[in-house]
Amino acid sequence: MAGLNKLVNSYEAALDGLEDNMTIMVGGFGLCGIPEGLIAQMVKMGTRGLTAISNNAGVDDFGLGLLLKSRQISTMIASYVGENATFEQQMLSGELNVILTPQGTLAEKIRAGGAGIPAFFTATGYGTPVAEDKETREIDGRHYVLEPALKADFALVRAWKADTMGNLVFRKTAANFNPMMATAGKITVVEAEHIVEPGELDPDHIHTPGIYVDRLIQGTFEKRIEQRTVKAATK
Amino acid sequence: MALSREQLAQRVSQELQDGFYVNLGIGIPTLVANYIPEGIEVMLQSENGLLGMGEFPTEETIDADLINAGKQTVTAVPGASFFSSAESFAMIRGGHVDLTVLGAFEVDVNGSIASWMIPGKLVKGMGGAMDLVAGADNIIVTMMHADKYGNSKLLPKCELPLTGYGCIKRVLTDLAFVEIKDGAFHLLERAPGVSVEEIIEKTAGKLIVPEHVPEMVF
Repeated sequence: MAGLNKLVNSYEAALDGLEDNMTIMVGGFGLCGIPEGLIAQMVKMGTRGLTAISNNAGVDDFGLGLLLKSRQISTMIASYVGENATFEQQMLSGELNVILTPQGTLAEKIRAGGAGIPAFFTATGYGTPVAEDKETREIDGRHYVLEPALKADFALVRAWKADTMGNLVFRKTAANFNPMMATAGKITVVEAEHIVEPGELDPDHIHTPGIYVDRLIQGTFEKRIEQRTVKAATK
Repeated sequence: MALSREQLAQRVSQELQDGFYVNLGIGIPTLVANYIPEGIEVMLQSENGLLGMGEFPTEETIDADLINAGKQTVTAVPGASFFSSAESFAMIRGGHVDLTVLGAFEVDVNGSIASWMIPGKLVKGMGGAMDLVAGADNIIVTMMHADKYGNSKLLPKCELPLTGYGCIKRVLTDLAFVEIKDGAFHLLERAPGVSVEEIIEKTAGKLIVPEHVPEMVF
């Protein structure tokens, strides 16, 4: 790589250095906005004992579900894992450790991790199982739970457009957890749908500045739809 | 007669005000979008990062990058915006959403809510529900008044693990509309044809019944 050019030419290079027992963040909400090619590469590498931070766990045969099927994930930090039967089996048998985290708290823990905030107080989860063994504090008459930040060895992000310097633009609800995760990885790897030259993206329209991005790869995406809902055709 | 799912949604829709930003949970709350009163402009927030959720797309306009929090394909209305999950929950936690509607297994006289976990059964996760109940001031819980065996879901104290502590003020069930304050349920309205006696019988938590309890009007 030369200078500020983040582009790599192979998935091997994109995930070079990923080892067993590392912590990864994987962008996406359900199957929307997931880095499909990077997940496929992890399956190929067979890296094991991973702690995966992602809002959901994919479905049985797509998304993070692929890594669960191959038993590469040992701990999952997520807010909702309802759509995956493999996940359910591994959770019930105890081979998978699951840390359920409220969605907004999960997003903020990642944001905080990337922004140098070690922990924060939130009212979310006070008085619930989520607050067990956590420090609480009353501030102005309301109760809050102390939530530590999250960081990862690798953050795997999917973007719509990127320039070669790693400036990113996301598209519609495929943004979701990707912008925060881009800031919270020791190594942030972005899989983009379109890669352009520096200067081609309007600086006013960049969602994630290139400073957060270490590696960039051109992806191709299936973009599978989880719940295909359409309105009845109008006559 | 107990309210149907559609009537529950319809009654909630009467609480919508012009200019409201509203988050609708999965299930009955989602149906509220079908009953937005004429002449009222509201914007629907979907916590995966969309303000201004529209109807389902057609086969031609379907877009894998545009879904709601239930992971269904949707559209965006003119004036909509997209943003990250952190921004989305800043809106929610920061109290910027005017009305939140969501379901529950149980509520109690202190306004606590249980909606995500039944011990011994498979736990799927709380999603955004804990953030929604903690962040919103104006919440309507829609639920059945009692389970299929007649056991009340409006309790002195929630028995299931909580989603939120002391955060619910209004509950609409298939039998009644109640307000929670001062450690009791206060009966505001009853479903058409449902007697006060039936509501009393099916409410385990302390219930304050005024002299006159109006029927809901649709």
